[in-house]
Amino acid sequence: MSDAPHLRPDIDAVLRVRDLVVEFPMKRGRRVHAVSGISFDVARGETLGIVGESGCGKSTTGRAIMQMPRPTSGSIEFESTELTALGKRELREARTRVQMIFQDPISSLNPRRRVRDSVLDPLDIWNRGTVEERASRVDKTLEEVGIDPQRAHDSRPHEFSGGQCQRIAIARALVLDPTLIICDEPVSALDVSVQAQVLNLLEDLKAAHGLTMIFIAHDLAVVKNISDRVAVMYLGRLCEIADPDRLYDRPAHPYTRVLLDSVPVPDPSLGRATTAITGEPPSPISPPTGCRFHPRCPAADERCRVEVPEMTEIEPGHHVACHHPLVTPVTISS
Amino acid sequence: MTSLQTDGRVADGRLLTVEDLRTTFATERGPVCAVDGVSLTLDRGQALGIVGESGSGKTVLSRSIMGLLPSTARREGSIRFGDQDLLGPNAPDMSRLWGREMSMVFQNPMVSLNPVMRIGEQIAEPLRIHLGMSRRDAKATAIRLLRDVRIPEPDRRVDQYPHELSGGMRQRVMIAIALACGPTLLFADEPTTALDVTVQAQILELIAEQRAERNMSVVLVTHDLGVVAGHTDVIAVMYGGRLVEIAPTKVLFSQMRMPYTEALLQSIPRLDQKSHTRLNAIPGRPPDLHDPPRGCAFAPRCAFARDRCREEAPPLATAENPDHKFACWYPVGSPEYHETKERISAGLEIGSTS
Repeated sequence: MSDAPHLRPDIDAVLRVRDLVVEFPMKRGRRVHAVSGISFDVARGETLGIVGESGCGKSTTGRAIMQMPRPTSGSIEFESTELTALGKRELREARTRVQMIFQDPISSLNPRRRVRDSVLDPLDIWNRGTVEERASRVDKTLEEVGIDPQRAHDSRPHEFSGGQCQRIAIARALVLDPTLIICDEPVSALDVSVQAQVLNLLEDLKAAHGLTMIFIAHDLAVVKNISDRVAVMYLGRLCEIADPDRLYDRPAHPYTRVLLDSVPVPDPSLGRATTAITGEPPSPISPPTGCRFHPRCPAADERCRVEVPEMTEIEPGHHVACHHPLVTPVTISS
Repeated sequence: MTSLQTDGRVADGRLLTVEDLRTTFATERGPVCAVDGVSLTLDRGQALGIVGESGSGKTVLSRSIMGLLPSTARREGSIRFGDQDLLGPNAPDMSRLWGREMSMVFQNPMVSLNPVMRIGEQIAEPLRIHLGMSRRDAKATAIRLLRDVRIPEPDRRVDQYPHELSGGMRQRVMIAIALACGPTLLFADEPTTALDVTVQAQILELIAEQRAERNMSVVLVTHDLGVVAGHTDVIAVMYGGRLVEIAPTKVLFSQMRMPYTEALLQSIPRLDQKSHTRLNAIPGRPPDLHDPPRGCAFAPRCAFARDRCREEAPPLATAENPDHKFACWYPVGSPEYHETKERISAGLEIGSTS
């Protein structure tokens, strides 16, 4: 386990991901290296935030957990079941306990069905309880997310706003009483005033149902608000993982620093941040050798070009994969 | 005081004056007033931020000024650009202003660029049409513009197609096209919404740099208060088609009067907040413009609203600072505001002890 000191073998983990690799084949034998060997675990009741820019592999990671598509290699252990080894039928069964919420709430609901039926579907498919029990469960769940069940019974998605559709999608994910919910950019399509409503709702639901969550987003402030632990990804690899207050106060990876410096702050008295970085991430078809961030990193040297940095603990609960971390490791005497 | 250059362009002073602008769309469900009585001014070299959520009218406002509206739209009021009246009987042909006087950077470069045309030709097009340049000169200028917007290897890129460029590069091309004919006024409508945060910072920096270099005025339309905070001189906040607050950027953030502006700022998660900070969400959602509420459009969602707010729309009133205007009967800092605030916090305390 020395190669992955950020993993916590002693915790009650809902999810353990080891050496996850997802590659997509292309023409002429080339491959997109979407996720290149990442490992992490999620404790019961914990929210793991995954941040990074488009193309960093954060959504692919979320989908690989659901086995859509199946990862190229690596292990995904969900409540002590190895998902990658499951056959089709067992996998369907397991997926009832892992649910997903997507970015675009309107297109993730069937436009031609009444929304109450969309929420009822999972219960019908899995034959949970009697017809009356299902109905009352659906109504209760809709009420919990703040949607009037009567209106949901009569209306189709286009009659609801984006924020309301996202609430309905959350109800549908919740109705089977899952253990883990994977949220992929759940608030980025919403208006700012509605975004806070949905974030607060997710926090409330997590507390009420003891949910474990993976929250994937590009907005660093949103991720900080909702997460118990935050992982930063760049070009298919994990850069840094820590609890949010520590990570945002003392980023150790130069990329995390760049990300934080780029966020526009709604306070003109702080002045304008100067551009922290030039260029854009390279293509995941032929990712750089060594540390994948080295071509854009101000601190990069020869070692970074050759050697892939391993995760190291620089302070309790704060791990970084960098040869030249910005935070000096705390030396523990004796 | 406006001073003109020899070519009739505004060199200094007031560039744009919008007075009581109303833009109405005819729709199947009846007329929709997307911009309702907006007045504002903009000086040469100034950057104005228009902030609002979807349906606030921010995009329609900028398109109304530029004259980029569908035929179902009707504009009333007055828009003066330099010494020209854009809505009067002697209104100029807008196509003569586009490019040379005003231009726009659109939100989504994926759909705004022509996928089957080389980017060099797309930059050259306005140069040839508006400035009458030869093909050769236009291409040389296009390469210079690509260099201006920091596209590496402009000599090679000029012959490429949009799909060969990344999202950030395409947005740079959009900016190059908008800058091509040296406009005095640049509209940027959510120019960074589709982009990653590191690229967003680069693009905003680029627009700021070009603005300074060209003494250009910029109208930055966005939903992101963070984006306007660092890149504008004046901010106009819109809600339900109306201007609800306008002030110099620093004044707006330090002395905001409109409860909507305050609520909006408080609802955004911030990097300097601790994790799991409870967000002050605004209940409800933006108004339906087909059926706008009577009175103040924000009243149904406003914690400080009273009977008067639901009956009578507040006019834009001037604050202590003459450049600061807001539309609210019981603004932030008023006795009624404090009274409600005390009641809310007292209510919360009772709630938490029970």
